[in-house]
Amino acid sequence: MSALKRKFVKGNEAVAMAAIEAGVQCYFGYPITPQSDIPEYLSRELPKAGGTFIQVESEIGAINMVLGASACGVRAMTSSSGPGISLKQEGISYMAGSELPGVIVDIMRSGPGLGGIDASQADYHQATKGGGHGGYRIIVLAPNSGQEMYDLTMLAFDLSDQYRMPAMVLADSVLGQMKESIVPHPRPKADLPAKEWAVRGTGGGVQNVVKSLYLGDGEMEKFHWKMHARYQELADKESRWEEFATDDAELIVTAFGCTSRIARTAVEMARAEGLKVGLMRPITLFPFPKKGYAELSARCKRWLTMELSTGQMVDDVRLAVARDAEVEFYGRPPGAGSLPTPEELFTQIKKFC
Amino acid sequence: MKQVFSKPVSLKDVQTHFCPGCHHGSIHRLVAEAMDSFGIADKTIGCASVGCSVFLYGYFTIDVVESPHGRAPAVATGVKRARPDRIVFTYQGDGDLAAIGTSEIIHAANRGEKITVIFVNNTTYGMTGGQMAPTTMPGQKTSTSPNGRDVANDGKPFKMAELLSNLDGVAYSARVALNNPRNVLQAKKIIKNAFQYQVEGKGFAFIEALAACPTNWGMNPLAANERVGSEMIPYFPLGVFKNNENL
Ligand SMILES: Cc1ncc(C[n+]2csc(CCOP(=O)(O)OP(=O)(O)O)c2C)c(N)n1
Ligand code: SF4
Repeated sequence: MSALKRKFVKGNEAVAMAAIEAGVQCYFGYPITPQSDIPEYLSRELPKAGGTFIQVESEIGAINMVLGASACGVRAMTSSSGPGISLKQEGISYMAGSELPGVIVDIMRSGPGLGGIDASQADYHQATKGGGHGGYRIIVLAPNSGQEMYDLTMLAFDLSDQYRMPAMVLADSVLGQMKESIVPHPRPKADLPAKEWAVRGTGGGVQNVVKSLYLGDGEMEKFHWKMHARYQELADKESRWEEFATDDAELIVTAFGCTSRIARTAVEMARAEGLKVGLMRPITLFPFPKKGYAELSARCKRWLTMELSTGQMVDDVRLAVARDAEVEFYGRPPGAGSLPTPEELFTQIKKFC
Repeated sequence: MKQVFSKPVSLKDVQTHFCPGCHHGSIHRLVAEAMDSFGIADKTIGCASVGCSVFLYGYFTIDVVESPHGRAPAVATGVKRARPDRIVFTYQGDGDLAAIGTSEIIHAANRGEKITVIFVNNTTYGMTGGQMAPTTMPGQKTSTSPNGRDVANDGKPFKMAELLSNLDGVAYSARVALNNPRNVLQAKKIIKNAFQYQVEGKGFAFIEALAACPTNWGMNPLAANERVGSEMIPYFPLGVFKNNENL
């Protein structure tokens, strides 16, 4: 792919383009709005790039194919939205238990149940708290633009290989469906560990086993502490966030994904009126950038969390600022056409200034 | 003296954890012999399932990936697509393949995945303590069919080898048993055929092996072995249901 040539694409297409650039070898998926552009693009382009595309019979089948391909050491990926992500949770738990990398893209829509196809951030808990059984976590990256749909998808592959755990790109139907200009760039060089654990079927007296079953005395406990240490390491090294106008802020708005774009406009409106308001946008939702929140809350005591839900990330924000600061919440649960406007968020901001 | 019998090289020299009289171990052996006969142990990846056979890697010397309950055909699809030059097989019980994993097996078969599936039908869920399986026979008592399987309530047992043979993607589908020397020899030949299909890149091969689960049938090993012949084979006939050389 030629570098630095601007393209005008949907967020979903940016994800698919990045996956090919990242060297994804196998994509397995099942149609669901609002993410179907991803399998559509990959069904066309991935075979040309020498990869495999299968439209699977179900999301359960798809994630387990990712598990199998990933166990062989190749880059594998799937994508879906709420109802499908729920079905993938079993496989994600097995992948976490088997320390397998793999990328899962979740273009959130409203729920619970069948819900609707409008943008929502109500799957935050499912994504960040280990949606399946067994007390695992996965890397969760939250883009807020077409460019980041591209950049963070590519990063997801590297982080997932680096830390041997599944990584999720968590976006929503606004980001998936919105067209923006992006600059695709070549895969960055990364110094990743060799996948010596992969099943290769090459015999020679070496047996590789990919499994999540630990029955020996204390083995499971050891495994959990090992994973815990890995999550700590992630938090130390990979927490990512973005700040805007926080230096002298007396109120900091915090929001992720598409909501952060609207919030930023609202913050700019506040600044134009001389109000000292800033914005903190978490980019990694797991690890949650606690460090960024702690540093900022040491200086700024008033916070306002904004989400397209009745509030899930706000719990993490409250924990991250501990008792340093007061956290208000403004949420909009999904509903067709109910994205908040910048004016609406600005009105909320004014309430707390 | 000429040695006529030895341990297959693709099996480890370990003690078995299977119950006395269980046929899982014998089937492991036949699978290992098939691999040895083609010299493919060095290019084979096994997909373990959930059930008494989950410890596949404890017996075989080959690389193994564990699959969630029922999903081995999907995992094997991922493995085979990622490494098309490897021999890939799944090893699944009847609860695994014919209950929770019906979707995965039917679609892998229909896609004609070039894998070999070893399906062990012991008419019960062995590992979890002998509950009713989709293959439990009419009238058979299990811990969740205490009065015997009532077909009006639970339907009739699945005949997976016949069912799958109807799919165009399936190259080979057969049922074998291990209850007597003749059947064991026949099973050996058929399991070998199933691997040959893959060695020759011909497509999806399915082997259903009727097996004894003395522990959960509440029988001693001999009686359990006899039940395979007297009750199971009449209901689940042995034979090759599909042999499509032309795929
Ligand atoms: C999702 C899920 N449901 C249930 C179980 C519990 N479970 C473990 S083994 C098993 C049945 C296995 O029976 P079968 O496939 O017939 O194999 P066998 O033990 O008889 O060899 C069940 C239900 C599980 N591990 N995962
Ligand atoms: S419970 Fe049944 S299937 Fe499991 S090892 Fe024992 S005899 Fe074999």
